[in-house]
Parts: sequence; structure tokens; C-alpha cells
Amino acid sequence: MTSTEQNIDEKLIPILEEVSDPEIPVLSIMDMGVVRSAVIINEIVKVEITPTYSGCPAMDVIGDDIKKALKDAGYDSEIDLILHPAWTTDWITPRGRKALEDYGIAAPLDAEADIDVLLNGKRIVKCTNCGSQNTRLVSQFGSTACKAQFQCDDCQEPFDYFKCLK
Amino acid sequence: MKENLYNYILGIADNSLILGQRLGELCGHGPTLETDIACTNISLDLFGQVRSYFQYAAKIAGDKRTEDDIAMLRKEREYKNVLLVEQPNTNFAYTIGRQFLFDAYHLAFLAELQKSTDLTLSAIANKCIKEVSYHERFSSDWVKRLGDGTEESNQKMQEAINDLWTYTDELFHQTEADKVMVSEGVGVDVTKLKLNYYKRVNDLLQVADLEIPESKYFQKGGKEGVHTEHLGYLLSELQYMQRAYPNMEW
Repeated sequence: MTSTEQNIDEKLIPILEEVSDPEIPVLSIMDMGVVRSAVIINEIVKVEITPTYSGCPAMDVIGDDIKKALKDAGYDSEIDLILHPAWTTDWITPRGRKALEDYGIAAPLDAEADIDVLLNGKRIVKCTNCGSQNTRLVSQFGSTACKAQFQCDDCQEPFDYFKCLK
Repeated sequence: MKENLYNYILGIADNSLILGQRLGELCGHGPTLETDIACTNISLDLFGQVRSYFQYAAKIAGDKRTEDDIAMLRKEREYKNVLLVEQPNTNFAYTIGRQFLFDAYHLAFLAELQKSTDLTLSAIANKCIKEVSYHERFSSDWVKRLGDGTEESNQKMQEAINDLWTYTDELFHQTEADKVMVSEGVGVDVTKLKLNYYKRVNDLLQVADLEIPESKYFQKGGKEGVHTEHLGYLLSELQYMQRAYPNMEW
């Protein structure tokens, strides 16, 4: 079976890093961890991507964007959507987490803390605007399936929290 | 074509398709903005899962059939979903009750399907279970809130549970395709999930200050294609575009 390791040709990394998540433009698909492999076989780039959530409408766009970016760099490509191993928020890189925070989306907590904030009303998600942890859950589901809606009780700013998926 | 495997996959996927369509009806009509978004997000997850199942089913069929054909072009009697998921939204307590009664089953089912000897099915289950655990958290949380809320919310939640209870037993019925797939290590033996299911549901009802229905009369038929009167209306909406404009794409 496929392993959890990525297998990406170094030549292709700069090209793929230019492709971003259409829902979160500041985040490259590489930092998101959705590209699982990209290798050149007989002059065709074979790319495997994995969805964050099954119904994520961004996946089709991401596939098209990868094709276009590779074409611009002179490569033909084939994109495959793979389900195993399933994507987890652990695959978001430290640089990706920072990009999320800068964009106004709180990065995922660990699984236990995630339950505490989503079900038990614990105030530990840091406001992306002022840094306060005096924040409360507004809705378990936010603007997309991967996010929950929060509000800061200090600066009053509403913001998204990227839910932990393990 | 592997007839039993094909039918088995449809049996799993149709539950998500029909429930996803029901939840989608709430888009713009949820009781509050937050619950509206939650229901439609769950719907989106379910549709995403359905695509994985139907793409696999289309591959097994090996003819020109696509995932869309399977979703849109079957007749009512060819849908294999359980009666529970086709029940109408009625009010928010029904929507939540139906969701929890299905989520509790769905979560236990996927945990077992992860062990399937069919690698595609186990990979899909592995993916779906992460999403469904969020659904179950959402629905069980709301059953508690409504049950343990005001006198009126408790009464409405109780009515919903009482009415939907009759559809729960069918979740644990085996079809012919089920039996063959279980014997091959591909399928999940749903009869073994029953005990823990009712324990989980009964525990939650108690916490939520709700009574466990005593009725021993249960409805069945969905898995064999014999549905309640509600499914036809749902399908006419689901299939409208493909029936009115055959083969349209956008």
C-alpha cells in the first residue's frame, strides 16, 4: 500500500509551490500537504493528490491548476485523486500553519483540544486578530467543511478555526 | 460484473445520497444561520463520500455507466437506502433526530468497513469516518441541547425520536448482497452492530432527559427498494435536471 511519505521530484517542487488552494489563496498546495507524489515517467508528470474532505469542491480546481502550472513549465501531466492514506491536518507544514494564521484562520489544535473547544466550550483557540484566548465557538461548521466559526470576546473579531482532522 | 459487490456498494452509498439530499433541502431554510451551514456542510461531506462509492461502482460495472448515471437515472425501486434517511425534515428536532439515529450507525459501520479486505472500500471508510465523527458530535450535541432544553424543545425532540424509532431496526437487516460480501470478508456484518448501537443511543437519550421508546414494531423495506411515500418526491427533485434535459452537463 501507499505510505504516508511524500514522493516528489525536486525539480517539480518550485512549480507546485506556486499552486494555491482556491479557498485559501495564501496557502500553497504543498504546504497544505495534499500533493502526495509527483514523478516524471516517460516525460509525463504523474501527480497524486488527496482530498482534505471528501466533498471538497476545491479538488477539481486544484487538479486543473496543477495541470496548468506544469504545462506553463513545459510538462504534460496526469492527475490522480487518491484516498489512501487519508489526509490529516498533521500534514499542514509549519509554514502552512503560519500562512493560515496570517490570513485570519486559526490553525488546528491537537485532537483532544479540538474536542474541548468544539464540544466543551473551552476557550483556548487564539484570536487571529489580537491573540487573546478569550474566544468562543459560534458554529461547529464554518464557511467550508474544514472550518468552524469563532468569535473573540476581547476584540470582537469573528474568525475561522481550521478543525483538526486525524 | 461483480453483481454482489456492485449492489453492496450502492446499499452503502444510497444512504449517504438520500440523506445528503434531505439535508441539502435546508440550504437557506435552516432554523438559524449556523445550523443551516452545519446541515449543508454535512450534506456536502455525504455527497463527497457518495462520489467515491459511485465512482468505484461505475468502475466495477465496466460499461459506459458513470457516477452521475448511478445517482440520477435509477427508478425509485432501484434505490437501496434505509427508510430512516428518506424521512422528511418536518422540523429541526426531526432533522436532528434522524441525523443522530443515522450517525450513530454510520460511525460504527465505517469503523468496521475500514477492516474490509476490499482495499478501495477500506480506503473510502478510512476517509469518511473522520468526517462522520464530526457529524455525530454535531447531532448528538443537539439531541442533548433540545432534549435537555425547554419544555417545548424536549417535547418536540421526544416526538421525533418516537416517530423515527420504527425505522432504526432496518439498519441491522442483511440483504443477499450483504451476506455474500460478509462471507468474503468484504462487507460488514451489520447484525453485530445492533447491541452497541442501541446502547449508545439509549445512553444519549438518558443524558438528554428523553424517554427510550418502548415500541417493538419496526418498519422495513428500503434495502429491498420498497420505500415510504416520501422517496418519490425527493427523487423527482434530485433527478429533475437529468430527466428534463437528458445527458446535460455543466
